Amino acid sequence: MKYKDYYGILGVERTAGADDIKKAYRKLARKYHPDVSKDPEGEEKFKEVAEAYETLRDPEKRAAYDQLGSYQPGQDFRPPPDWGKQFGDSQFSSDDIDLADLFAGLAAGRHRAGPGAGPIRMPGQDYEVTARISLEEAYRGTEVELNLTVPEYDAKGRLHRVPRTFKVRVPKGATDGQKLRLAGRGGKGLNGGRDGDLYLSIALHPHPLFRVSGHDLYLDLPLAPWEAVLGASVEVPTLGGPVRLKVPPDTHAGQQLRLSGRGLPKPKGKEGDLFAIAQIVVPTVTSVRERELFKQLAEGSTFNPRGRFEQEVKSAS
Amino acid sequence: MQAEPTEAVWLTEDHEFSLAELAELSGLSEVELRELVDYGAVTPIDPDSSPWVFNGKCLLTVRTACRLRISFDLEPHEVALIVSLLDRIHELEAQLGGLRAQLPRHIR
Repeated sequence: MKYKDYYGILGVERTAGADDIKKAYRKLARKYHPDVSKDPEGEEKFKEVAEAYETLRDPEKRAAYDQLGSYQPGQDFRPPPDWGKQFGDSQFSSDDIDLADLFAGLAAGRHRAGPGAGPIRMPGQDYEVTARISLEEAYRGTEVELNLTVPEYDAKGRLHRVPRTFKVRVPKGATDGQKLRLAGRGGKGLNGGRDGDLYLSIALHPHPLFRVSGHDLYLDLPLAPWEAVLGASVEVPTLGGPVRLKVPPDTHAGQQLRLSGRGLPKPKGKEGDLFAIAQIVVPTVTSVRERELFKQLAEGSTFNPRGRFEQEVKSAS
Repeated sequence: MQAEPTEAVWLTEDHEFSLAELAELSGLSEVELRELVDYGAVTPIDPDSSPWVFNGKCLLTVRTACRLRISFDLEPHEVALIVSLLDRIHELEAQLGGLRAQLPRHIR
């Protein structure tokens, strides 16, 4: 079993009082709680902090923890002889068990041993996992395989970490941040308690072409100056394959051209839209002939793209 | 252990839960859930109907409420205030993401 320094995790002395422990926990919980923290590693850090507090807040568990002795974090160790007997679980085994599971096991043992208490129905633990999928997978629907190490009770009601693989069909209709629930796919319930659920949060990988807003997609559409002025029929990529888009004459930069129903499918069968955002681009390399044509255009055109500057300066003064 | 592929259910407005289901799935009691409704943290689809029915997104909100209540040892009105603000932040983040998606890539 690997040692965890619960006092060090909370940043308190081994002699700290209950109030100091609570204060240290609250400060760290505010910093790392996954519902309020933006730290990408916040969830893992919060689990450590919560595990440490769960043991040190309870005088009995804290005494049991202190009796284990003091080691370097991560160091392999074995509890002293008779430790399990002294703290209510004479059958415990420290071979394939996590320190947190050991203390959870002690708590469960205490409940079992309560005067006149029958077995307590305990619901299984809910699991929360993030699945990263591509935009194409979200469009078509996909199957993801999740490999988790989860705490599970054995036949004697003791917790163990076991590897589990889940295959989940993600129906089409996913978008960034959307949540799925898989009923009964979490931890097993104890003493007739219901099995927990698996909650899957969808995170979309960034796409080189499309940007996502809900079920709508946005695509930069580069146009040559003459295509923007004269109009054009251009091929644009969509998740369902390329389509032709009619660019109307006098299209300006930033204008959004909507391709209805070419976005991501929605769970109830409708689809989002694809918006092509016009961008006027100029050639980086021009031939002598092209430069000549641009000169002719410059000489023959009365268009002043900065005409508004003059008007605005006049009206402001 | 290899599990068979499992169908998943989207937690969206289209999915519905009863008050009892929300209580069972969130870990909060029905009394606590009613308090969250009173404080405006979650709203039934039709607050005037009986029994109350909630959309799928409410499950996410009340699960967050349960985590916060346990982690910070909060009173129901404090939980309600925090989840309301968190929901507002998520809405604003979604709006910001939507506006960013509309910006051409070279100026994002």
